[in-house]
Amino acid sequence: MRTSPFWSLIFWAGLWELAGRMGWIDLIPPLSATWIAILELFERQTFWDALELTARTFLIGLGLAIAVGIPIGILMGLSRRADKLLSVWVNLFLSAPLTAVVPALMPLLGIGEATVIATVFLFSVWVVIIDSQAGVAHVSTSLVEMGRVFGCTRRRIVFEIVVPAALPEIITGIRLAVIRAVKGVIVGQIIIALIGFGGLFDTFLSMFLMERFWALIIILFAMSFTLIGLIELIERRIAFYAGTR
Amino acid sequence: MSVATANPTAAAGAGEAAEPILRVRDVGVVYSGSTVALDGADLDVPEGQLTALLGPSGCGKTTLLKIIAGLLEPSSGSVTVRGREIEGPGPDRALVFQDFALLPWATVLDNVAFGLRARGVARKEREETAQHYINEVGLGGFEARYPHELSGGMRQRAGLARALAVNADVLLMDEPFSAVDEQMRRKLQEDLLDLLKIENKTVVFVTHSIEEAVYLADQVAILSRRPGRVAKIIRPDLDRSGDVDAIRRLPSYVELVDEIWASLKHYVE
Repeated sequence: MRTSPFWSLIFWAGLWELAGRMGWIDLIPPLSATWIAILELFERQTFWDALELTARTFLIGLGLAIAVGIPIGILMGLSRRADKLLSVWVNLFLSAPLTAVVPALMPLLGIGEATVIATVFLFSVWVVIIDSQAGVAHVSTSLVEMGRVFGCTRRRIVFEIVVPAALPEIITGIRLAVIRAVKGVIVGQIIIALIGFGGLFDTFLSMFLMERFWALIIILFAMSFTLIGLIELIERRIAFYAGTR
Repeated sequence: MSVATANPTAAAGAGEAAEPILRVRDVGVVYSGSTVALDGADLDVPEGQLTALLGPSGCGKTTLLKIIAGLLEPSSGSVTVRGREIEGPGPDRALVFQDFALLPWATVLDNVAFGLRARGVARKEREETAQHYINEVGLGGFEARYPHELSGGMRQRAGLARALAVNADVLLMDEPFSAVDEQMRRKLQEDLLDLLKIENKTVVFVTHSIEEAVYLADQVAILSRRPGRVAKIIRPDLDRSGDVDAIRRLPSYVELVDEIWASLKHYVE
């Protein structure tokens, strides 16, 4: 029998409901109760405040990562010297467990939005740099030679040939940065545990409000999936010329 | 048909060659200290004629073309155009690329006009010029298309139009038809000959195909490998006055292809 994703979803939702009603695990309330908690959350001002703070810190942190990451990546792609100087650090931080760094940011930036923004930035900037660098470094040599043959200045070659040619990779970097920034904005708030969704999670858990806790998890998952889906949609529109280079 | 020796001055003395517009003198290229790509390459390119650089792969013919284009600096020797030594790329030379080198995000019109834009030509004027050459290479009606919507042959027509549009005296072509299928290649070769009857260009044409070299060229420079240099100059002197597709049936065409193959054979074995 062919199982569609729909039936699979029904099955797991049913199992969740059953587990909650039978009380198999203390931490898991029935799905239906969680669903009601979602609707209740939407009515609470604290939820909207947390959402606003999350959106703001996410956008500022991601925006900074893109604004700083793309020029650095392009520079590394153009100059071998810059690449040698920086690639060690970029690669180190790209795979480093950055969550461990967040507590160190708190005494530096205070227990507030600045730390969350810094966390988002630190989570997302490296992949923007790496992908921009790769995009620029792999621009076909004949396109650059074409620019030289037809008398382009170095500036024109960089901005009208190299950067547009690297655009698909840069967009990929941004997409991956969005995914990392979602992690960053949540991790930052959870570790601080006082503001935004981190504060809500902390309250719900300490007061054992498991319906609300799971409701918040579902909302956050749904939001990040929607966001990533949106980015992939944009990427597909831009990638049409990537295959023809 | 006449066969001259490697000495370019002797070749020029044969009488059929026009005044050379481009001279390559004793050009050598050493890669990373040890690998020798070219060693004492000499070549005279007569004005208004097509010179083919023919040789086995790895003989440095594309390297030589890129030096003439000013993209590579030779380790030794010099290249002069109308008596002036070149220092990098210049408006007197335009290049047609093996892989077309078209901007994938730009239309045919913008691609063809690219060289003019880089030279600061105003939009209206450069688009008129581009349109003229788009029609001339047979791409009329495809101005608004993007490269990925075109066949390989059409892409190379756009590459050719871009090189023609900047009105350089010397047209450099780096295996321009090697990325298209055989039927398309023959069509492009014939169209190139027809085009050169209208456009008075000096062409340096890199190819690894003996047939292509003999069919197209007024002068075939055969490059040898180790040392990479111009080993022999052959002037096909085929009767090109009639139909372009008649050339392939000339007995002298067939003979010459055989003769060049005989002299190149030992590089392959």
